Amino acid sequence: MTATLAVNRITLTGFRNYAQLRLDTGAGSVVLTGPNGAGKTNLLEAVSLLAPGRGLRGAPFDELVRQGDAGWAVAAELEAATGPVKLGTAYSLSDGTGEAAGRQVTVDGLAQKGSGSLGHHTRILWLTPAMDRLFAGPASDRRRFLDRLVLAFDPDHSTRVLGFEKAMRERNRLLAEPHADASWLSGLEVELAARGVAVAAARLAAIDTLRGYAGKPTESGGKPSHFPWVMLTCEGEVESLILAMPAVQAEDQYRKMLHDSRRADAGAGRTLIGPHRSDLSVTHGPKDMPARLCSTGEQKALLIGIVLAHARAVKAGFGGLAPILLLDEVAAHLDAGRRHGLYGELEGLGGQVWMTGTDRSLFEGAGPGATIYDVNHGAIAVHGS
Amino acid sequence: MSRRITGPEIERLIQLLARLPGLGPRSARRAALHLVKNREKLLGPLAASLKETEEKVLVCSSCGGIDTVDPCTICTDDRRDASIICVVEEVGDLWALERAGALNALYHVLGGTLSAIEGVGPDDLNIPSLISRCGPGSPVKEVIIAVNATVEGQATAHYITDRLKDFDLTVSRLAHGVPVGGELDYLDEGTLSAAMRQRRPF
Ligand SMILES: [Zn+2]
Repeated sequence: MTATLAVNRITLTGFRNYAQLRLDTGAGSVVLTGPNGAGKTNLLEAVSLLAPGRGLRGAPFDELVRQGDAGWAVAAELEAATGPVKLGTAYSLSDGTGEAAGRQVTVDGLAQKGSGSLGHHTRILWLTPAMDRLFAGPASDRRRFLDRLVLAFDPDHSTRVLGFEKAMRERNRLLAEPHADASWLSGLEVELAARGVAVAAARLAAIDTLRGYAGKPTESGGKPSHFPWVMLTCEGEVESLILAMPAVQAEDQYRKMLHDSRRADAGAGRTLIGPHRSDLSVTHGPKDMPARLCSTGEQKALLIGIVLAHARAVKAGFGGLAPILLLDEVAAHLDAGRRHGLYGELEGLGGQVWMTGTDRSLFEGAGPGATIYDVNHGAIAVHGS
Repeated sequence: MSRRITGPEIERLIQLLARLPGLGPRSARRAALHLVKNREKLLGPLAASLKETEEKVLVCSSCGGIDTVDPCTICTDDRRDASIICVVEEVGDLWALERAGALNALYHVLGGTLSAIEGVGPDDLNIPSLISRCGPGSPVKEVIIAVNATVEGQATAHYITDRLKDFDLTVSRLAHGVPVGGELDYLDEGTLSAAMRQRRPF
């Protein structure tokens, strides 16, 4: 028996359009078909909340509460790297008694501090229609995408990014005061530099790994894919420092840059230099063309190619376990050749895949282990049952 | 609206218990029920103990710790090494270190961490009193900063280090061995002791 990372059972309570839902999927792949608005993506979103962070829509937690309910809960039984594990996450709306609303996370029934620890049990990646504009849209979206790729290699990355952002908010606030304490500012800049360099270094390391799987086939030695190979870089001041000097020195240098930029940052009301301004640059390999200039269809193919390459890289570095992939409305926009290419590559990966689509016929050949479900108004049934 | 199931006195008890850390409304009801069912064995002694504590609790004017005498039991314990001061965020951290038996020194409780966003500055914490404890003529030779590995904790540590840099003493910090963002409170006693033994210069 080959080991897989998979959701075996998932239970939703008060989540989006689901009052109560239990799905026993087993370790096989899941195909959700049904009309638009039936709740297919909502279910994928629930699965995505079993990874650190805010899930595949990045929505505020109170928006996930079903109309009329006081909160939501997602519970799942998984086959994880560490063996069978029960993960739970829930959120309650503030009840007006002054008790703060918040998200709870449990692992095997034990309460966790934040969602970061989920990353030690699962690796979950996703592709959604909202990501179609990833290459042409704002750099912040690409940064978030990159950080999610990093997180699958390195579960501590989310804590690192949150720490960096926290230190930055503290410094911005302090700079807004008329006589900010210099010692205090220096203390925050030491933290900002240490955490910022760690964030940038983790991104560079992830891109380095990814190049071996997404890069030119002759270089990576892999089989030719149905999706174009890419050139990847992460561009930013701190990344440049790390590439030019040892990390300790880069930290010192970045700290000096922050110190010298106090006046400018105070004027701008934000921190002008740092990994929070970095960008992921993607180039279509065979065409030698920046991804943002490629056709919509090619951009989609590039994105799928990166996600598949990343999944292979994660599998190689994660004890041979392929990550769980959530592919929302992906099949519909591919021609038959690429669609079957995708299914072939997914089968080669051997992990659990959750796919959605309105047209059931598109999932022919989606793999022998996949179960097709009909989704309709928050109710789900195995197709044909 | 939910209907009342007890008189206002017990309702009030439940509401107050629910404000204790780690107790939600459900466990507060369970605790209240347990108390009233054990009126003589538990409720009475607890009420007396609460009353007595309420009358006698004090904040130590030297270290910021909590006790019923001022200066506190720790500050007046002459078996402790008065040349070392261990700086912690909260009284709970002091208790954790004492439980672990990690060191035989004096303490200084900051009462929180610097936080620009929460509007907590150096003068809102027991930092001025720390500086004066370390001032000229003091026996202090080493200050161990045992704050959490959070952004605020570490920024506070840097700040204190900077303020103490012209004093004739060593400033050291814990070798945490916990991930970034880890908190002292979450460390077990063995880890705490090890972190204390392996402290290094700031
Ligand atoms: Zn004292």
